Amino acid sequence: MTLLADRPAVVEEGSDHEHGAGPSGFLKWVTSTDHKVIGKNYTVTAVIFFLLAGAMAMLIRAQLANPDSTLLSQHTYNEMFTMHGSLMIYLFVGPVAFGGLANYIVPLQIGAPDMAFPRLNALSYWLYLGGGSLMMLGFLTTGSAADFGWVAYAPLSNSINTPGAGPDLWIVALILTGFSAIFTGVNLVTTIYYLRAPGMTMFRMPIFTWNMLVTGILILIAFPVFTSALVLLWCDRHLGAHIFEVSGGGVPVLWQDLFWFFGHPEVYILALPFFGIVTDVIAVFSRKPIFGYRGMVFATMSIAALSTSVWAHHMFTTGVVLLPFFSLMSYLIAVPTGIKFFNWIGTMWRGSVKFDTPMLFAIGFLVTFLLGGVSGILLASPPVDFATHDTYFVVAHFHSVVMSLVMAAFAGFFFWYPKMTGRMLREGLGKATFWLMLVGANVTFLPQYLLGLKGMPRRIAEYAASDGFTTLNRISSAGSVLLFLSVAIFLVNVVVSWWKPIPAGDNPWDASSLEWATSSPPPHHNFLKIPPIRSQRPVWDYNHPEDRIIEHAKARPGGFVASGGVGTVLLADVNVDGEDTLETRDPDR
Amino acid sequence: MKIESYVLLFVGFFFGLVGLVYWLWSHEDAGSVMLLGTFLLGSVPGFYYLWWSRRMRPRPSDDPDATLEDGAGVVGAFPGSSIWPFVLGLGATFVALAFVFGAWTLGVGLFLAVAALVGVVYESRRGGLV
Ligand code: HEM
Ligand SMILES: [Cu+2]
Repeated sequence: MTLLADRPAVVEEGSDHEHGAGPSGFLKWVTSTDHKVIGKNYTVTAVIFFLLAGAMAMLIRAQLANPDSTLLSQHTYNEMFTMHGSLMIYLFVGPVAFGGLANYIVPLQIGAPDMAFPRLNALSYWLYLGGGSLMMLGFLTTGSAADFGWVAYAPLSNSINTPGAGPDLWIVALILTGFSAIFTGVNLVTTIYYLRAPGMTMFRMPIFTWNMLVTGILILIAFPVFTSALVLLWCDRHLGAHIFEVSGGGVPVLWQDLFWFFGHPEVYILALPFFGIVTDVIAVFSRKPIFGYRGMVFATMSIAALSTSVWAHHMFTTGVVLLPFFSLMSYLIAVPTGIKFFNWIGTMWRGSVKFDTPMLFAIGFLVTFLLGGVSGILLASPPVDFATHDTYFVVAHFHSVVMSLVMAAFAGFFFWYPKMTGRMLREGLGKATFWLMLVGANVTFLPQYLLGLKGMPRRIAEYAASDGFTTLNRISSAGSVLLFLSVAIFLVNVVVSWWKPIPAGDNPWDASSLEWATSSPPPHHNFLKIPPIRSQRPVWDYNHPEDRIIEHAKARPGGFVASGGVGTVLLADVNVDGEDTLETRDPDR
Repeated sequence: MKIESYVLLFVGFFFGLVGLVYWLWSHEDAGSVMLLGTFLLGSVPGFYYLWWSRRMRPRPSDDPDATLEDGAGVVGAFPGSSIWPFVLGLGATFVALAFVFGAWTLGVGLFLAVAALVGVVYESRRGGLV
């Protein structure tokens, strides 16, 4: 299915120098402002943090595999779960979605030459890398890395309970990555608002792009609160500001308010991009348009809005929050989430479903996310939460959710890897990764629901044999070995694809959105030719005249060509050869 | 531009309503202030876009019937490769370090940051590489 096999000569005429022929190698890495290079940098960096955090998780599971375990000291154990959570949430799941995949894919999906602010985009990456490195630097300090949990509750996070450079590094690191995220949010919203190709109306954007728009807005709502709260925390630790300390008239629980006003939207900042990936993947591999497109968009917006009014469901047990309000709002989230499930199933319904690896991961997401969502609804009930708060039940809940997002991330990797590299990943290895991950995730985390119900608290380094937690913990640790293997096989898959490449072609999945109209990987400034955009599926319409919504029209040579010498102004250059006309859907306009 | 403004107005509308209910019900300050802020974050740009969307012709990207020719012309200014974001990021990281280990990295950090700002401004005038 190569749409653009014949490259028009027009582009070479418009530009006397080759695009992207700038610096290469290391210099390219540090100087590029191309969203594709930055997106790849982000993805690779985030995956490295994922591997580091995964290694920490393996240590945690090794520690908990036996009662009275002495593998790690109590203190090291605290560092491990803190850094595991922080790396995963702040440096992997979020950045890989909005900095990595979205950065690469969104401009392609809307037919844009780049992100709206390319240098700001590069700055986002450097702040993210700088912040991530500072957080890791905590391990090299004389004290320790941060060890107050990824939520840094006051008063545990004050300078008496957790003194030292490690926690401070954690704080400044997250201020840097906070700015990085805010800049990315600005960039995403501006790009989607201003750089869409002609005919790419808002309601023709792929759902992934829609979700990234909403995620961008959610970033702008949530991150500034967190970043300022961290500044306040720093002032408490160093200037004696007593904002979160009772002794000076401060209010410790204020930290929880600020943190969770960020924290719950953050979990949807993590989730929405992956909802988008799954929506698009399911549609492509069911070979159907998305069922209930507008419903999907509205559900995304409602989820995002509701998610910013439920923060205190993390604070039910503090006794100072309005239980009915937060409980009700939390339940309401289930409604738009249910709409999404309905539409995902509706999209597959009567489609000719193909079970390629991305689709398998998308289905794995559905199953696992359902478990996490249902246990979330249980937790939204204060009486249930009073009994399970700070037990492994909560750990199991959010790991069901977060593991489902990891599966959706892998759906995205397998789906777009061909676009980003021009090479296919191996299907066999991909399926092995999938099955190991699906089984591994559930073997690891389902026992934790039971452990929680039996009363095992979270964040404890050891338990006694007489507690009766041993068997379930062993099962859980065994499951984590499967997860480890699945990720190892994925890495092998990547290595194999470099070692013995299988060329991907422009559109290996016969997909429908604009990123598949250009070459793999796309040229500098993305498009040499754009098909006419007359529906939500411009590439499908073009490739499947039998199935068309509109009169079939030839893709015209067009694309983004740098104007003359200075090279900073881009022109959408269109070669009107006059032979083909576009039939519009609405003839009397 | 209309749909774009509706998206933001939805944010404003939702948080106006929820913020009001929350404040009347709980009289809790921190949350109410944050909800008020979110209301403003949606409604201020939302109304601005709405105001604009009524004064402008639909852009080719708002028009379902637009052809590629309609979009021909200047898309925008896109800088080419630039070292300065890296320098600024490095500078910011050094400045951040100063808040952990004391002042000595502050000088390095500020120097890099200022150099980067100057560099970016000059580069924008000259036009970098593509
Ligand atoms: C139907 C949707 C959901 C509901 C009703 C819900 C509800 C809850 C509740 C009430 C808690 C607090 C439990 C406690 O600490 O006692 C919680 C914890 C948590 N949830 Fe969810 N949740 C939902 C979806 C999600 C999603 C989509 C994510 C992630 C992307 C997520 C991630 C988390 C995390 C990370 C925690 C633990 C925070 C901590 O460390 O204390 N949840 N959830
Ligand atoms: Cu929550």
